[in-house]
Order: sequence, then C-alpha cells, then structure tokens
Amino acid sequence: MMDFLKRFSRNKGALLGALILIVVVLLAVFAPLIYPDSPWKMVQRPFLTPFSTDGFPLGTDTLGRDVAAGLVHGARVSLIVGLVSTLVALLIGVPLGALAGFYGGLVDDGAMRFTEFFQTIPNFALAIVLVAILEPTLPTITLAIAIVSWPPVARLVRAEVLSLRNREFVDAARLAGLSNMRILFGHILPNAMSPIIVMASLMVATAILLESSLSFLGLGDPNIMSWGYMIGAARTVIRNAWWLSFIPGVAILLTVLALNLIGEGLNDALNPRLARKGR
Amino acid sequence: MADPVLTIRDLAISLPPGADREFAVQNITFDLYAGEILCVVGESGSGKSMTANALMGLLPEQVEVAKGSAHFESRDLMQLPAHERRKLRGDRIGMIFQEPMTALNPLMRIGDQIAEVFEAHNRHSPAERRQKALALINEVGLPDPEKIIRAYPFQLSGGQRQRAMIAMALALDPAILIADEPTTALDVTTQAQILNLIKTIQQRHGMSVMFITHDFGVVAEIADRVIVMRYGEIVEAGTAQAVLDAPQHDYTKALLAAIPSDTVPDPAPVTAQPVLQVRNLRKTFVTSGGFFKPKREVKAIDDVSFEVARGEVLGIVGESGSGKSTVGRAIVRLVEPDSGEIILDGQDMNTLTAAELRSARRRVQMIFQDPYASLNPRKTVLHALCEGPIVQGVPRDKAHARARELLEIVELDAGAADRYPHEFSGGQRQRIGIARALAMDPDLIIADEAVSALDVSIQAQVLDLLRGLQQRLDLSLIFITHDMRVAAQLCDRVAVMQLGKLVEIGPVHEVFLNPQQEYTRTLLAAVPGTDWQLGAA
Repeated sequence: MMDFLKRFSRNKGALLGALILIVVVLLAVFAPLIYPDSPWKMVQRPFLTPFSTDGFPLGTDTLGRDVAAGLVHGARVSLIVGLVSTLVALLIGVPLGALAGFYGGLVDDGAMRFTEFFQTIPNFALAIVLVAILEPTLPTITLAIAIVSWPPVARLVRAEVLSLRNREFVDAARLAGLSNMRILFGHILPNAMSPIIVMASLMVATAILLESSLSFLGLGDPNIMSWGYMIGAARTVIRNAWWLSFIPGVAILLTVLALNLIGEGLNDALNPRLARKGR
Repeated sequence: MADPVLTIRDLAISLPPGADREFAVQNITFDLYAGEILCVVGESGSGKSMTANALMGLLPEQVEVAKGSAHFESRDLMQLPAHERRKLRGDRIGMIFQEPMTALNPLMRIGDQIAEVFEAHNRHSPAERRQKALALINEVGLPDPEKIIRAYPFQLSGGQRQRAMIAMALALDPAILIADEPTTALDVTTQAQILNLIKTIQQRHGMSVMFITHDFGVVAEIADRVIVMRYGEIVEAGTAQAVLDAPQHDYTKALLAAIPSDTVPDPAPVTAQPVLQVRNLRKTFVTSGGFFKPKREVKAIDDVSFEVARGEVLGIVGESGSGKSTVGRAIVRLVEPDSGEIILDGQDMNTLTAAELRSARRRVQMIFQDPYASLNPRKTVLHALCEGPIVQGVPRDKAHARARELLEIVELDAGAADRYPHEFSGGQRQRIGIARALAMDPDLIIADEAVSALDVSIQAQVLDLLRGLQQRLDLSLIFITHDMRVAAQLCDRVAVMQLGKLVEIGPVHEVFLNPQQEYTRTLLAAVPGTDWQLGAA
C-alpha cells in the first residue's frame, strides 16, 4: 500500500488531480453549510458581474440567483451522479464480462452479442431516449448513464479474465477442488482489479460530462441545480453575460481533468512496468 | 588463432538506481579470436546477455556502459556514434536471439526480411537481393527455398525460424556472430541440428562466434573456449576442455556438479500395487474451421495406456507437441479426455461428474512449470497452502498448522507463510508449489516440467528435495519433462512419447542404455554434451 502511494505521488499530474478533486469533494460535502439557502432562491438583482458585489463572489444569473451557491450545490449532483452511475455500470459490466470470459462458448457469445447491441447505439442518443421515457429525476438520470456506460467494462473484464483463466494458479485452484464461482471471484477477479479501477476513475469523468450534457439540453432533474443546467440556462445570454456559461464550464473542465489525471496516475501506479517504459 | 577480432577491456555496465546491484557487469576483459566459438556461460542474472547487448549497442534505457572499451577492426565500439554503430550492426557483427518467433516480423515474408538486411545497408539491386536470399536460405538448410522465401514466420517451425534468423545474420558475411541462447527455446533434436549448423557455418565463413548459453552440455558440444560469468563478473576463462574437465573456480565446479548426470541409476523394480492405471486414453483437439477452412485435428493423446505403481516415479519424456503435458492434464481432468479410463485406486476418474470430481480432486495434485504463474500473486503463501484443504473440509487451525509443517518439509522457514509470492525467488516458489501439492495429501503427484524454468544449480536443489520427499513419504510421482538427463536422475521408469503416442516404456536404465525404438535413440543422441559426459564417466 505504501509502495502504491509512493508510485502514485511520483506522478505530479496525478497529485494535482487528487488535489482538485479533494477541493470539489469538500465543496460538495459542505455545500449545505456554506450556502444553507436553496440555490434556486432569487437573492439579488440579475446579471451581477463576478467580484463586483460583496457576498456574491461569482455574481448572479439571469434570474438573480447566486452563481456561487449554484456551483457548490451543483458539485454534489455531478459527483453523486458520476460515482453512483459508475458503480451501477460496474455492477452490470463486471459480472457479465467475468462470466463471458470465464465460461466462454455460448455464454460468451450470448453476453457479447448483448453487449454489442448496446454498443451499436450512440451513447448520448440512448441516454436521451432513456431519460425521456423515464421521468427525468436524479435516480433515472443516474440509471440511464449507467446503462450506456457499462459495455466497455464488460469487454475489459472479459479480456482480463480470458488471459487470467489459463494461468497455472487457476489450474492449481481447480485441482484444490474449488468451485467455479470461488475461482472466478476469489482468484481471477482480484487479479483483474487494476485495469478496472483505472477505467472506473475515467468513467466517473465521462458520467459527469454526460449528466452535464443532459442537463444542458433541459433533460436534467428540474428540482436539482447542476452545472449542466447552469450552462444551459445561460446560453441564451452568452453574448452579454458570457461568464454565466464560463464559470460552470470551468468547474466541469477542472473536475473531469482531475479525474483523468488521477486515472492516469492510477494506471502508472498499478502497472509499474508499463509506466517505466512510457517515460 | 593469432589475432583477436574483438578486444574487450575492463567493461562495466551500470544499472539504474534501485536495481539489485550497481553494475550489470564489471571488470569484463576478454578477447574473441578469429575463427573460434567462444561460449559465455552463466545462470540468469549473470550479465551474459547484457554484455552481448552492450557490444551491439542494444542496451535498454537507463542502462549504460560506464567504462571500458571494445576494440573491433581498430575502432572502439563503445565510443562510436550511433549511426556508425548502426552501419556495423548486421554488416560486420550479426546477432541471433533466443526466441525466433518474436525476433522475426510476423507480417513480413522470410525472403523480404532477409532482403531487408541488404537494403538497410544499400547493397545490391532488388533482383540480386532475391538471389542472395535464396542462396542463404539454401545455405542454412531450409527445405524448398522457393517456397520458404514466400513464407511468413508463423508457417515455419521453431527450428526453421531459427535457421531463417541465422540466414539474416549471415547475409552480409559478418566477422562476428553473437548468438544469445539461440537453442534454448528449441527441442533437443532441433537444438542438435541448429548447433551443428552454427558450427558448420562458422567453419565455412571463418567467423568468430560469441555463443551465450546457460547449458554446459551445449558448451561441450561446440565451444573452443569458455567464459563463466556470475553476478556480472568473469569467474573463469579457458579452453573448453580445461574448463569442463578441470574447473578451477568453485562456482564452475558447483555448476558442473549441478548438471544432472547421464549415469543411470538401477533402481529396484517396483512391484507394489498400481496406484494409477491409464487405459486407452485419447484426446483430439479440433480447431473449428471457418466457412472455407477445413477443420484441423491434432491427436494430442493417441491410445495411451500405462500404470504407475505406489511409490514409483514414472517419467514421461518427449519433445514439445508430443502430448506429454496433455496426458498429465488429462489425468487430473484439466483437459477432458475423449475416451479411455483413468483408474485411480479402483475409481475411474474419467466417469466422475463435475461435483464428484471436485471432492476427488484432492487425490491427484500437480506441480506446475512456471513458478511465477503458478501462485496467485495476491494471496499469501499460507492462503495458497490452506485453501484447498479447507475447501475439502479440514478445520482451519489444523490446515494452518499443517501448512507451516509443510513449509519446513520443503526447507523454507516458517515465516514464509505470511509473505506474498513475489517476495520469493523462482526456486523458493517451486518449493511452495511442491508444498501446495503435498498439502492435499494426494495419492499421486504430477510434476509437469517442474524444474525446467529454473537455473541449473537451483534445479539440482529442487530435484534433490523431490527425490528426498519421494523416498521419505513414499510418493507416487509422474514426472513430465523434456530433459532426458533430469528424467534419468529421478525416475524409476520412463515413458517416451512422440506425436501423442507412447513409443516406449520401461525401467530407466533399459530405456536409456538399451533403447528399443529408433525415436528414443534419436532423442538420446541429440542430448548435447553426451560424448563429453560419457568420456568423463
């Protein structure tokens, strides 16, 4: 574990990413303490420019709502959607990919054709359709994002399991009389964890982007302030109040960048041999 | 043998910080004379390949020549700029590698790869290049040059690929040929042919050959002079005869002593009850063809029958593709046999259902070849040793106590239990593998190439351990190996396999000293260094 932290911290970018993410997480966690009022509440006259009025460091939006409050509360939505949808995607993709890789044959064919069925439909289009059919609430949006993002997980896990299942230690486990499930979940999957973790960190970033895009199109939960909604609401006034789109945009950029940097750092730290060659 | 072609003085190669030692090699001083074969011998990590790579300018990143010189044709190789060295490579110094499949470009035809050598050095017109390539293919003894020139590497066998590599290395008639373990990945009969080829070509072209190997048998077969390396330093140098017959350094003596000898023991015939009877075992692998491709069938096990007595060691020897490993895996049903009986103490393993098989697994255990792949890197040694017994219903504390006991039996200290596999060396891991097999208290143990991945001195230790355990615990053992010498040392009886068939089986001294089948005789004759050892015995 110490070894892992050491290797991770050797990557400067990954440290920066971790730092940014920690700030975002802290903001999200303490949002109700920093801005106890609802971010939807109109508190000043509209179109206050940033850094011009005391108490409203980022100004107000088209309806006089506090941009800073929106940003902080939006962080919660982004992170929750990102994490939960990734978890759900892993819960679908990992077992499916593992079974396909482990059993091969018909199971593999079935599982992979099913996966391809989802892969042939463009992610975003499918997400829009799903949200439009279901009611646009936070859980359904999360579910929709999970449903469009699990196929790559299944493929990755399948490939890992395929290469691990012929290792001699798996044969040894078979000879010990272990059941298939125990071999799969006790011996094979733990050895496939590193790439799954790396992929998961990048999936959180993608999920945040997807959620923002949905909200931007007005398909977000109408009761929840999110970064995507803020950009969407401000796009009509982008020529005279560009900062209203710019500020939540930067928030998305930084968070996604942070997650990508962390993902890369994790990759280096978990696959030290590849990392050394890369540099 | 007057003039040295290559003069190496005080060469040292530094490793990046954090490696297990500061220098990969140091104080390397030797000469390579015109028209000689110089063998560089050492175990893994001795720095023998590093030395060759330094000469070729092929050192990995962060590994640098720290000091020293290597004079070749009145120039110091270590001081030459990169483009000058590139001109030398392939032209004046050729190199062949251990694994010809990865050393050849899989997407290029053999002829084009040879022609490319000429092209890279701007020699000849395209038509001439083709002619030369044909001549080379002919020279290295590849059959049907017109066909080979159009073949892709995957269409050739291992030995043919190595011949193609040699043809490439010979293309520009180099003064020095560096061969880095060129026969290690090959079967023993193929190895004999390639060694022969290298020798003939060396004489015909008057080349100097620097031949890197770990195998003293190979040394005895081809070397004029020998350098023995350990931990990056030369410990002994001299003519082949002097080093082999009268080694000076303790390490060389130890290495030579560790070689399994050809002196065949004459064990008392085993008369006990058979623990395992295999009858008419068959397994055919079918690769499913596409729409237009015909199916391909490989008979991996073709009607094989034999018995193993209680307390007996049966060796199964054969070259790669002979089906010897498949037999071992079929007995434990890691491979499902097509038909046949595998009777273990009266119970036919081949008729068991999956659930019955799981509880019967205990009775036959395996020791695997690769000590790095056979242990789960994420589980402690204790876990590896206990998981099986616990699944079979042994109480946890009893299993733990037994595991610690077994570690002692295989001569590892008890503290090993709580460590992870990566903290152990190859030989130690193989001991753990043996302990794991013993933990299940099996009736029969199958060791599949259990010592093949180990250095010769480690190999000797593990073999000693196996032999001791076998006698002490009265184990029944099937020992699968490609190495005739190892088989001769450990086994009571030997079975020889070829192309899925059992060609000969009998007590070890009969098979080795009085082989009945032509194939067995060929195999035995191909073992490198036979003459030298017979002379010594």
